[in-house]
Amino acid sequence: MGQVLVVTSGKGGVGKTTSAAALGAALAESGQNVVIIDFDVGLRNLDLVMGAERRVVFDLINVIQGQAKLPQALIRDKRQERLYLLPASQTRDKDALTERGVARVIDDLRATFDWVICDSPAGIERGAILAMQHADIAAIVTNPEISSVRDSDRIIGLLDAKTEKAKKGQQVVKHLLVARYDESRASSGDMLQIEDIVEILSIPLLGIIPESEQVLRASNLGSPITICNPESAPGRAYFSAAKRLNGEVIPITIPRERNRLFGRLLGGRAA
Amino acid sequence: MASNCTRFRLVGRSYVLFVLMPEPPLAVWLGELDVWARRSHGFFDRRPVLLDLSKLPLSKPELAALIADLKARNIPVVAVEGVDSQLLDFTLPPLIHGGRPGGESDADTVAGPAETQDRPCEPTSLLLDKPVRSGQSIVFTNGDVTVLGSISSGAEVIAGGSIHIYGTLRGRALAGVSGNADARIFCAKFDAELVAIDGLYATANDTTSYLCGRPVQAWRDQDSLQMREIVSSARRRV
Ligand SMILES: Nc1ncnc2c1ncn2[C@@H]1O[C@H](COP(=O)(O)OP(=O)(O)O)[C@@H](O)[C@H]1O
Ligand SMILES: [Mg+2]
Repeated sequence: MGQVLVVTSGKGGVGKTTSAAALGAALAESGQNVVIIDFDVGLRNLDLVMGAERRVVFDLINVIQGQAKLPQALIRDKRQERLYLLPASQTRDKDALTERGVARVIDDLRATFDWVICDSPAGIERGAILAMQHADIAAIVTNPEISSVRDSDRIIGLLDAKTEKAKKGQQVVKHLLVARYDESRASSGDMLQIEDIVEILSIPLLGIIPESEQVLRASNLGSPITICNPESAPGRAYFSAAKRLNGEVIPITIPRERNRLFGRLLGGRAA
Repeated sequence: MASNCTRFRLVGRSYVLFVLMPEPPLAVWLGELDVWARRSHGFFDRRPVLLDLSKLPLSKPELAALIADLKARNIPVVAVEGVDSQLLDFTLPPLIHGGRPGGESDADTVAGPAETQDRPCEPTSLLLDKPVRSGQSIVFTNGDVTVLGSISSGAEVIAGGSIHIYGTLRGRALAGVSGNADARIFCAKFDAELVAIDGLYATANDTTSYLCGRPVQAWRDQDSLQMREIVSSARRRV
């Protein structure tokens, strides 16, 4: 039986979709079968970030409404054969996502995949609750700013109250993923310190993803950063986070860009 | 077929309501309310209140205007106390009397979203072994509340007795809400948005920054709210 991981945050634009794609690809690279479900009905994004937008035929809502079978809607990644995407509907009404339909899809996926990753929409409304509903594990994506931290805190409260696990008196395993971390701004005091975020949210740290233009480049290329640039600082940060999800104990570091000096040398030689 | 009348049941239930007691001059009182509401943003946000007019006699139009003023501030008045019943018709909230300070009521623990507990016998204290997260509101009017973790910014704990916080108080703590002036608030680390004891309150703006980050206790001394760093006797001896 596979594990269900929800990537959630409360706030929008913090890096949930980026992280769902990067972690999914990293887990697939490690030899596991992974499917990522886009729960952001009407604002679907994951297909773009994974470069599959032209291959979407059926979506999650088609499956729930019985217009397509689950295997018909799954899109296999072209670069990583163990990675699949279940896209959201861009046109349907959000209410078409029913609790029972979502439960059935997740049960089916769980039986065949090692990881079922749910990319949550922003907010604390129905869509976000549905995305977290069946989670065993949650990655709470937080940016080092006070509004993001507060929204994450709110989401943690919901994970403890509204999920299937919570209803059974169990707990969703919660991890903090700090994204878009800018070291220079953190040291100048513009941003919250990692220790403060961990103290406020009091959940263990899964990783620190540095702010990097490589992420934007990857998303414009339609490729998860862990596939198109695994050696970049954010790429390495996501690979370590994926290892921690697999239970490996490795110290948390803030990866830095290695190739800057290298790039300059190459440039010098070319000149 | 079962008779329909067995379906009809009238159930009694007690709740804790916050009471607003305006004093003349009304404009000044409303001004103070606005300052208060601005400082502890979202505190009222559709929280139902009872309006006690025993200190402010109003005519019917004045009362209707006041209720409209409160509504405009997102404060719904669900009942009125301390006025002549003649003053109220069906367009205004109903008159209520015989209210007791909350401590004697049998209102429940309303722990954050979907956490309401069923209790076989009435305990007089509540232990929370998880942090109180933003958006959660814990109401326990029967006695003391102990929080092992922190109270987040945007979260609140409301207790009939004292509140003990072993983590950081970042949100709001309201102790002694059942009319218990002896209630106190203790926290291992103080960074509160609001502390209140039996109706006397202080917001972040009122408290000296010296206290921030320190272990603090708050108590009521006559008509003032006192706050002081807790210095352990071990440290004092040094
Ligand atoms: N580590 C990062 N460095 C730079 N930009 C990032 C990083 N993570 C995310 N972004 C950018 O931030 C924006 C929002 O990210 P996205 O993953 O769509 O957030 P969400 O799904 O939480 O709304 C995107 O433009 C994305 O490319
Ligand atoms: Mg997204």
